Amino acid sequence: MTAVAARELRDGEVVFVGIGLPNLACNLARETHAPNLVLIYESGAVGAVPERLPVSIGDPALVTGSLMVCGMADVFQYFLQNGRIGVGLLGGAQIDRFGNINTTVIGSYSKPSVRLPGSGGAAEIAIHARRTVVISRLDRRVFPERVDFVTSPGHRAGGRTRREMGMPGAGPTKVVTDQAVLEADADSGELVLASLYPGIEPTEVAAGIGWPLRSRSRLARAEPPTPRELHLLREVLDPKRLYLKR
Amino acid sequence: MREAIATHVHDGDTVVIEGFTHLICFAAGHEIIRQGRRNLTLCRLTPDLIYDQMIAAGCARKLVFSWAGNPGAGSLHAFRRAVEGQGPPLELEEYSHFGMVARLSAGASRLPFWTMRNYMGTDIPSANPMIRTVACPYTGELLATVPALNPDVTVVHAQRADAQGNAQIWGLLGVQKEAAFASKRVIVVVEELIDESEIRADPNRTLIPGLIVDAVVVEAWGAHPSYAQGYYDRDNEFYIAWEAVSRDPAALGRYLDDFVHGVEDRRGYVEKCGGLERLRASQRVCAGVNYGF
Repeated sequence: MTAVAARELRDGEVVFVGIGLPNLACNLARETHAPNLVLIYESGAVGAVPERLPVSIGDPALVTGSLMVCGMADVFQYFLQNGRIGVGLLGGAQIDRFGNINTTVIGSYSKPSVRLPGSGGAAEIAIHARRTVVISRLDRRVFPERVDFVTSPGHRAGGRTRREMGMPGAGPTKVVTDQAVLEADADSGELVLASLYPGIEPTEVAAGIGWPLRSRSRLARAEPPTPRELHLLREVLDPKRLYLKR
Repeated sequence: MREAIATHVHDGDTVVIEGFTHLICFAAGHEIIRQGRRNLTLCRLTPDLIYDQMIAAGCARKLVFSWAGNPGAGSLHAFRRAVEGQGPPLELEEYSHFGMVARLSAGASRLPFWTMRNYMGTDIPSANPMIRTVACPYTGELLATVPALNPDVTVVHAQRADAQGNAQIWGLLGVQKEAAFASKRVIVVVEELIDESEIRADPNRTLIPGLIVDAVVVEAWGAHPSYAQGYYDRDNEFYIAWEAVSRDPAALGRYLDDFVHGVEDRRGYVEKCGGLERLRASQRVCAGVNYGF
């Protein structure tokens, strides 16, 4: 899943890096096909080249050797709102049919059954990045028809499209899971099955999705991770299994 | 530190202890707990372990924030117990990072609000009626607004300052500058006190000018388990271990008894930790620039 997400990043792109698996995917891409990927962290590190896997997005290793370190007001106003971010990588506790993401609460806001961390920078990344890629394991609880709370907007909310709501970015164009890749349908904005991992059948994917999953007419097959990608992930980037274990 | 907190932090105050992962002043938070402050409105982008501890210690009435987790390690369980109805109630006012940054930018500029192109399509404004909109007077575009945040007191941890509080920070800058300028009172806490001539030798590195600073506290290791670039590393093992401590109210209570109430000051805390030399930063020194003319 992390390797497939990493391959979504193009060399030379400017990527806004989120916490957890997105962090790992960006650093894998930089070690493999995208050495000129520009990593921007909301903590203010621009062009970061971390010598160790950052446990948090504010790790001191993000500063050492980076191109620029700026305050967070500059990150959000001059980079993100300015339109300088090519792609944002996001995760979430819930992702729905139209790619809306919930990282705020399970249940109602005033009386939640589970209180999640909240937006951080995710809401504005989802609005402003030219496109976003979402990473999540497939699970019916994670992919409900509708999220309990829209923290980060996807393609449609209250019947209105992103363009109607005035959002600059294209939104979640792909959702990378541990079994398949979903893509947003260009017309409806609905997430549809686009590509399968080796040995996975469409019915298995549909079982992990809380709405009737539609499918592209021709499904692609994702390449499994190469030995080099596996070596980098397991031995070099995350030897302590901070992110990979989960 | 005792004097600075006693003088500048009062019951019921709106308090900001900022620092984005970097330079979070745990020493100030612990002193506020020791002095038994109550009914505080605690504001931070990321409440982090320090506000989890202050919530557990009963200091907080309200939390204003944008991301409440233990990054890469888990949850802030004292916060979660309060919000999930298993602990003393805690009022919430929730934004995104951009929203919090914008609130402090407005506060620092002494404007009533700040505008952003943000929040369309999200449920965040429905959870927080302080997020509103304004029509641009030039284009008519509807922009999101957030109100200024002007804290009663802000604590900024810095690598070094002179006796007047001219504070130099390098590495991640977070919203330290905005928070300090937005605040009615400012406490600067530093790893190292240096002479004014050293500040003047490198003025571009000064983030907080002494003229807005009310108190200067010298407190080595004052940010642990957060970090100070060039002084000591983040104690990631502490953050990972906090998940289990924070999850169990009894364990959290024992932690506060031992490491906060059970010590006199920061020096006592460092001793209680068995010393922190293992975190001492390696040398990656920048040669500097020519300020000549």
